[in-house]
Amino acid sequence: MIQLIGVSKFYKTLHGTKTVLDNVNLTIAPGEHVGILGRNGAGKSTLVRIIGGADTPSTGEIHRGMTVSWPLAFTGGFQTALTGADNLRFICRIYNVDYKKQIDYVKEFSELGSYLYEPVRTYSSGMRAKLAFGISMSIDFDCYLIDEVIAVGDESFRDKCRVELFEKRSHKAMIIVSHSHRYLKDTCDRFLLLRNAKIEEFTDFREGYEQYRLMMGGGIESELPDAT
Amino acid sequence: MANEKALRVMTRGWEVQQRVIGALLLREVLTRYGRNNIGFLWLFVEPMLFTLVITALWTATRSVHGSDIPIVAFAITGYSSVLLWRNMPNRCMRAVIPNVSLLFHRQVKVFDIYIARILLEFLGATTSFVALGLIFWSIGWLTAPEDVLQVLFGWMLLAWFGAALGMLIGALSENMDMVDRLWPPFSYIIFPLSGAAFIADALPATMREVVLYLPMLNALELLREGYFGSAMIAHYDIGYVILCNFILTLFALAQVRRVGVEAATE
Repeated sequence: MIQLIGVSKFYKTLHGTKTVLDNVNLTIAPGEHVGILGRNGAGKSTLVRIIGGADTPSTGEIHRGMTVSWPLAFTGGFQTALTGADNLRFICRIYNVDYKKQIDYVKEFSELGSYLYEPVRTYSSGMRAKLAFGISMSIDFDCYLIDEVIAVGDESFRDKCRVELFEKRSHKAMIIVSHSHRYLKDTCDRFLLLRNAKIEEFTDFREGYEQYRLMMGGGIESELPDAT
Repeated sequence: MANEKALRVMTRGWEVQQRVIGALLLREVLTRYGRNNIGFLWLFVEPMLFTLVITALWTATRSVHGSDIPIVAFAITGYSSVLLWRNMPNRCMRAVIPNVSLLFHRQVKVFDIYIARILLEFLGATTSFVALGLIFWSIGWLTAPEDVLQVLFGWMLLAWFGAALGMLIGALSENMDMVDRLWPPFSYIIFPLSGAAFIADALPATMREVVLYLPMLNALELLREGYFGSAMIAHYDIGYVILCNFILTLFALAQVRRVGVEAATE
């Protein structure tokens, strides 16, 4: 169980204090798949950071009864002067996981082969993303944070990611932030809309999406997936 | 029962922290020195070279330092000490920004990033100091320290000072751009005043009193007395150094807490 109680977040900007999250209350139970919609700059990533513990709330409390992943397939954590294997080793050390058991898995999954022993700075962005996804999958969490859809690599790799995440790990809790309504509709059973620094919950995806579309002022495609 | 639980939580926290600092340390070593040529040996070869150059320079110019202490012994104790307390702040400045994404791993704290860098500097400077001492001792240019424990004590006080200063300067530099620019010239001013090139006894009494407000000079005098005490009259106040270090540590920890980092978003 993850619980946010009265969480607020303020940032100081040049134009005074900006409230990104305003008294947010949220409970996420084991195994729940929660989708979060919101426009750019609405505070989605801030929320993800606070849930993940990379940032602390200005006021309010957060209780984590589950282990929470770092944002999945997040490539920013790499030290690019080091090799892919070095980066994996660092993660394994931090999470107290046996590196030797994971290296083969990551090598196979990321399809990087011997590139794994080259500095990450020589990788293409696609290769980085594959490595990031592979490393994310090598540590076991109760709850996965997914900031934006993982649209990595070619069709077959994306398929592999889907299987790994949504089939093998479908019993895990997931918090997914995305602009893609299709993606959220297919994968989530709860929908949150982040608007004016507050969270609104919709059990019905269509309603949530309708609100999201209204908020965007019709600026996005208006076709709505047919209800099934 | 509650105590037992608290103890377990604490030991667990300690274990995690050790693991994180260890991992950061190795990551730092690999990033800085890589696997090419002599690799991580640079960690102490670099400060050793610095000290050797200074030693050679002072020997060549027969620098006046106002005592009968051999220049080699003088330079090694003096310059090693400078490296110890000055490199820690240098390495801690702007240390968080390049590592900010690591904070996504919840067990990694800003504090750990500083500690890893400080430990690395400490290991480098200490190995360099000990190695040079042994080398010059083995070829007979240097006598063994008269009181090893006192040398160690002085060294540790300096390291403590450097660590606290490092964290303070590091944390301040995250919040204020100014610190970034002001610290280097400032450290250049206090470097010559901190005893690398003189002993306090050689100064006029009035000036000595002023300069002894620098905690590094006190610690260095203590260290030098331990090394070749019979050849000099040392001036220091251990209580003063500890007090300074303590206050500095409190300020440093408070600043580190304030490093409000907005983890880099991709």
